[in-house]
Amino acid sequence: MQLDQQSISEDSPRSLQSSGFNRDSGYYYRFTRIFRRLRERAIVSLIYICGVSAIIFVFCIFYFVFREGVPFLRDCFNFKDFFLSKEWYPTSEVNKRYGILALLAGTASVTVVAMSISVPFGLGTAIFIAEFCGTKTKEVLKILVELLAAVPSVVWGFIGLMVMNPIIVKITGAPIGLNALNAGIIVGLMSVPIIVSIAEDAIRAVPDTYIEASEALGATRWQIVYKVILPAAKSGLLAAVLLGVGRAVGETMAVLMATGHSINIPFDGEPPFFHALESVRTLTATIAAELGEAPRLNPNPDGTYVPDARHYQALFTIGIVLFAITFVINMTADFIVKGIRKKA
Amino acid sequence: MKKMKLGLMHCIVAVSVIVGLCGCKGDEGSSGPQKEVISNSGSDTMVNLAQTWAEEYEKVAPDVSVEVGGGGSGVGIRDLMQGIVNIANASRKMKDSEKEQAKNNTGKTPVEWIVGYDAMAIYIHKDNPIEELTIDQLAQIYGEGGKIDKWSQLGIEIQGADEIVRVSRQNSSGTYAFFREHILDKKDFKLESKDMSGSKDVVELVSRTPGAIGYSGMGYKIDEVKFVKIKKTEADQAYLPTLENVVAGNYSLARPLHMYTLGQPEGHVKKYIDWINSPAGQEIVKREGYVPVGLGK
Repeated sequence: MQLDQQSISEDSPRSLQSSGFNRDSGYYYRFTRIFRRLRERAIVSLIYICGVSAIIFVFCIFYFVFREGVPFLRDCFNFKDFFLSKEWYPTSEVNKRYGILALLAGTASVTVVAMSISVPFGLGTAIFIAEFCGTKTKEVLKILVELLAAVPSVVWGFIGLMVMNPIIVKITGAPIGLNALNAGIIVGLMSVPIIVSIAEDAIRAVPDTYIEASEALGATRWQIVYKVILPAAKSGLLAAVLLGVGRAVGETMAVLMATGHSINIPFDGEPPFFHALESVRTLTATIAAELGEAPRLNPNPDGTYVPDARHYQALFTIGIVLFAITFVINMTADFIVKGIRKKA
Repeated sequence: MKKMKLGLMHCIVAVSVIVGLCGCKGDEGSSGPQKEVISNSGSDTMVNLAQTWAEEYEKVAPDVSVEVGGGGSGVGIRDLMQGIVNIANASRKMKDSEKEQAKNNTGKTPVEWIVGYDAMAIYIHKDNPIEELTIDQLAQIYGEGGKIDKWSQLGIEIQGADEIVRVSRQNSSGTYAFFREHILDKKDFKLESKDMSGSKDVVELVSRTPGAIGYSGMGYKIDEVKFVKIKKTEADQAYLPTLENVVAGNYSLARPLHMYTLGQPEGHVKKYIDWINSPAGQEIVKREGYVPVGLGK
């Protein structure tokens, strides 16, 4: 009705057009159009800023961590001593040493054990959920796996400390149940939900035509999975595993409680070359345990810093190392995924 | 023309979002009558004691609330240096450099109050046959470059666990610092000890591990562990860490428990510290298993 009025009013003499800002006036639709265009631009702009802000936050965090770690890098940092020495004595009265080799070995050992548990279980669960199970079991299983992800990490640490500890002592006869194996099992169980959800998506993304073609050629279900689906979903599965590794490397609370917190390199010359039953300490647990006490020394009134005392800054440098490790893992994942895509 | 308009739109939206977030501070409304708050953090050795004092003091002075935190003597001293807490608990003395830092940061020099005495006890599993150790043997077990690694070197045989499992504390602990100063003579600990975060955790780990040895406050004893008698040298007599031995000066690992305030305390903080040093507060010290001030040296 209004449109008719509008089209009619365009033809009618000016005297019949009404004054005021209502549907009869000529300016109403022009202004609403401008208003709507502006509103849409504003929303687009808001979404754009939210997206960009993520990048800004990452850069800000990196800048902050780097800035706090610079006094250590400038004054006390010696590449060989920092990365290749296992002596971590930042609060020593006589001889301060900042060597993180044992901490790196600790993180590596916990991650290795965690991955050796979570990758088979995670990928297996993903394949089962995507390929072999019925709808009802699928729904139940998915909910249960999400439940594993919902457990807070301090509760996992508690489980490692109170429940796994006596079990490990009884089964393996080790002198102490807080070790790399304990933390590895806990962190592995924490990484399983991540691997399952991403791997399952990757497996389901394999086109149905591949599966139908293989069935037409007479392949059994398992043959289809292992010869067609897994190679086709390779990049997604690799991404899932690397995200799991990232989770394992960054885990703090659970490893703080379950590793036994001991400066120790569990890799040895004598078999079985990896002593998973020894206590270790990870990079993340060291920062968590020691940052509360490390004083951020202000300069003396005459502008000089206390020489040698760089505990706080050394901990931030460990933060930079952790950042670098996760960055390298993600970059590798990217390159491998791109490489696989190029071949395919 | 369109691109310019979109860029202008970005600026307007960004500014309005930032201004909106800044405006979100709002009021911190307080409900109910204002309570005086004394904040207290630091030594894990003293944390149970400080908690009990806080609860008892609430009955004496209901208008004052004492908040107790732990973290280790190092954390408490650092909090005091930044002016975050009113009182820092420490089971070790504050270093001169730390007092300097506190003065630089807050303008006040920390004042020390001794509120009790503690004996550091060496704990072993209840089935471990060893009875006595000298300070030098302890240094050889725990210190860097120390020669004693196995129980057989001390003439002891333990089933299935010859390696001495050393249980220690993390380096923010006053207990750790005290051990390092008085037994290791300021040298460093041997690596590969299990560094626990609290006094209670040390005793619990020793109670579950037949080949373990650990150090903690004497108030943390449980039935599944044993005290080791300590003697200064081979020739001396060895003593257990009991109230009588600390008071008589026989037990060599006794240490004062400190509380530090910034400058001389005033008002409710002063009343709290006076109450702690009064017979009522010291009775609690005795009940928790430590040595009251009046009796100790």
